[in-house]
Amino acid sequence: MGIGAATYWILAKELRTELRTRELLHTTVVFVLLVVVLFSFTFEPTREESRRYGPGLLWLALLFAGSLMLQPAFIREQNNDTLSALRLAPIASLAIFLGKALASFVFLTVAELFLLPIFAALYGVAILPVLGEILVVLALGTLGMVTTGTVFAAIGVQARMRELLLPLLLLPLLVPVLIASVSATASLLALEPSMDWTAMKFLIGFDVIYLAASALLFEFLLED
Amino acid sequence: MSAEIASVATAGPTRSQTVGVSLRLEQVSKRYGLLYALRDLSLQIRAGEFVLLLGPNGCGKTTLLRVAARLSQPTSGRVVLEGVASETTASMRTVGYVGHQTLLYDELTGAENLRFFARLYGIHSEPLLEEWLRAAELWLRRNDLVRTYSRGMRQRLSIARALLHDPGLILLDEPTTGLDQSGLAWLGGALARLKQQGKTIVASTHSREALAELATRCVTLAAGTVVSDTQSQHSAQQ
Repeated sequence: MGIGAATYWILAKELRTELRTRELLHTTVVFVLLVVVLFSFTFEPTREESRRYGPGLLWLALLFAGSLMLQPAFIREQNNDTLSALRLAPIASLAIFLGKALASFVFLTVAELFLLPIFAALYGVAILPVLGEILVVLALGTLGMVTTGTVFAAIGVQARMRELLLPLLLLPLLVPVLIASVSATASLLALEPSMDWTAMKFLIGFDVIYLAASALLFEFLLED
Repeated sequence: MSAEIASVATAGPTRSQTVGVSLRLEQVSKRYGLLYALRDLSLQIRAGEFVLLLGPNGCGKTTLLRVAARLSQPTSGRVVLEGVASETTASMRTVGYVGHQTLLYDELTGAENLRFFARLYGIHSEPLLEEWLRAAELWLRRNDLVRTYSRGMRQRLSIARALLHDPGLILLDEPTTGLDQSGLAWLGGALARLKQQGKTIVASTHSREALAELATRCVTLAAGTVVSDTQSQHSAQQ
């Protein structure tokens, strides 16, 4: 079976399971909204402050939401040892990685779509004029997070202190992506919006390198 | 169990295009840290044999089955599926594995579970899925979530999942655990049919009695090595 077809079936299974349980979506959406709302009431930021601090808060909320969401991606497969069933199937390990990563990407994107209008309203930032560009930045930053996070979730699944391990391994590696994402978002929310191409190139480069590294290494991560 | 086996010997689809393959483990060791789960274990299982793996807890039965299924890499030694190119999808299609756990998704229905795994094996035949659901006596419950199933129902679905791609080598880890008399009878019927089809079957069990009349050979492990390898009494009588 080709990688594309296997990825499709795994992604479909992930989406079906999540739509049925809504564990990850509910937790993540509530969490990101809570963080953004709490910060807005704590700081009561002016528009100028929102432009300066808003992008950082936005990505901080997404980072925590991402680490909450990525952890269960493989822990779910441990419940009935379904990971073994996936490994037994005549499919490339890369398909398991892509199916999981794409599912996390979809879930985090849904959380972001809930978050954006509320963030814009609470922080008084004009998102509509740069909505397309913001969505591209969010997509690239989210892709970097889920690519790295899926790899480390797979590494952590067999570890005893996995709840601690994922944030410990993941957060330092995501610092460059977060800086680039915050920088690109800040440029778009500035008084005179512009695209920070240096940050965008960095995000694209990071995504490509991590996707390629994951494709090469993932097979070994699942070994007993 | 023979009468019961005869009564359910039609369990499972009747068609099979795959015959058994032979399995050879050559000086296989598997170590977890300092602990040897398998130690220089060599075993040749011929095509069509039904081998019972016996031994106390921790003797290496599960590790042997996982190594044979290529779910676990041996620390040293090698596993050879004869007649099948190793490390290819062909070798993965050759193996059907039933583990300690069900290898099923609780939040999917019985039909969705089988369909999902069938698709991963490139099987798109809905009539085949129906045949397996009926064989597993789950047709009426096919649209219920697996988490609502009893232990016996899960085990039957787990066996159907492992067999739906028509493997030549079937590895079963404690398949009788938690089954009541009717579950044992169903399992016996399914295994009898697979044996008739010439499949190679390796099953670990604590209770020799449950599967002894089907087995052609009994291999006993202790501390990760083979300590006894005998033809089954039933096989000798046959």
